[in-house]
Amino acid sequence: MSDKIKKKLKLKVSAISEGTVIDHIPSENLFKVISILELDKTTNMITFGANLDSEQQGSKAIIKVSNQFFANDDINRIALIAPNAKLNIIRDYEVVEKKVVEVPDQVIGIVKCFNPKCITNNEDVLTSFKVTSKSPLALKCKYCEKITHQHQMVIK
Amino acid sequence: MKKDLISITDYSKEEYLRIMELAADFEQNPNQKLLEGKVVASLFFEPSTRTRLSFETAINRLGGRIIGFSDSNSSSVTKGETLHDTIRMVSNYADLIVMRHPLEGSARYASEVSSVPIINAGDGANQHPTQTLLDMYSIMKTQGRLDNINIFMVGDLKYGRTVHSLLMALSQFENPIFNFIAPDELQMPEEYKIYLREKGIRFFEHREFTDIISEADIVYMTRVQKERFSDPIEYEQVKNVYILRNSMLANTKPNMRILHPLPRVNEIHTDVDKNEKAYYFDQALNGVFAREAIIAHTLSLK
Repeated sequence: MSDKIKKKLKLKVSAISEGTVIDHIPSENLFKVISILELDKTTNMITFGANLDSEQQGSKAIIKVSNQFFANDDINRIALIAPNAKLNIIRDYEVVEKKVVEVPDQVIGIVKCFNPKCITNNEDVLTSFKVTSKSPLALKCKYCEKITHQHQMVIK
Repeated sequence: MKKDLISITDYSKEEYLRIMELAADFEQNPNQKLLEGKVVASLFFEPSTRTRLSFETAINRLGGRIIGFSDSNSSSVTKGETLHDTIRMVSNYADLIVMRHPLEGSARYASEVSSVPIINAGDGANQHPTQTLLDMYSIMKTQGRLDNINIFMVGDLKYGRTVHSLLMALSQFENPIFNFIAPDELQMPEEYKIYLREKGIRFFEHREFTDIISEADIVYMTRVQKERFSDPIEYEQVKNVYILRNSMLANTKPNMRILHPLPRVNEIHTDVDKNEKAYYFDQALNGVFAREAIIAHTLSLK
């Protein structure tokens, strides 16, 4: 792809004056990120693009939300599905702060317990895990006490 | 705050010792009307005759009244009621809920829904803490201590929840030594070995069940279950290797006792039953005293 077209594509996801840009989201998880951060409920202006070329990860998605800033605890909730996501905090068109996501110590909701005999897979119970290892990820279910490993992880 | 017993790790070492003390007291004097005027719900979503009768005996000896069911066919579960709704309803009626459920994590979830304390009488393959406390009481009674116990765990160490919980509990005491005897397919899971290594607790793994038990204070037998094996030939090969026979007890220590959570199939030969080191039937009786102690502790009756 030529630089010219790349630039055009970039412009399609237009710059914002105040707000947050979340970059390097895996394209396939864009809508899950939107849902976890409850951006589907926001009244702020939001633009996003998916399947954009990325030098790092092949294909990426990007979200720009005007006039909205996230607490670290909130943003870390996307760490499981967008571990390389980078946040740019924008004030008056300038990047004033960069943040990376970090796997939290506790994961509530988001992930399914891998154990089919766990109560959370049989009744309407919000999942809750203690993170016992961040890399590779290992989540200990608060209910059945079994450990869900990274390769078994299914996002709700 | 209400005091539930869901997982063996919910209790501190001090609480384990408190239960031992209370159980000894109830053994001396089993009929103490501490539950007079109280209603205890006994909710068995799957049948478990031994555990249920032991609990209900304990409740009766404490003078409490029992409501409940002994399997989910005689409850509104058959009409599709959720665990959430059953527990919400019953916690309005009773002062304490004892529950057994086939799903793992069901007891923890019930404790979040219930306004009264929950005692977990087994949630699937996950936890069965009252069994562990009665095992500990049996060890305390026969050895006079919970420190410095050399224990041999034999049979299905992979899926056996009783051995996992007992391992966690005994690890809170001084200087335990664990010996694991299991076929390749049923080895103690790595997570428990990591736990022991981190705590600097000695353990040894063996494949053969021979006279190595001469050092044991406790031999804890479990059932090797046929359904655990993917290959029936492997089951046939190992099922007779892990049988305890009276002839194997000749060189064991005089204080050694054999425990088994029961029911047994063939892993303890009946010729062991008459040996004074066979303790599994007394162990089952200890269950009533241990459960009286757990109920009294849970409701702060003593």
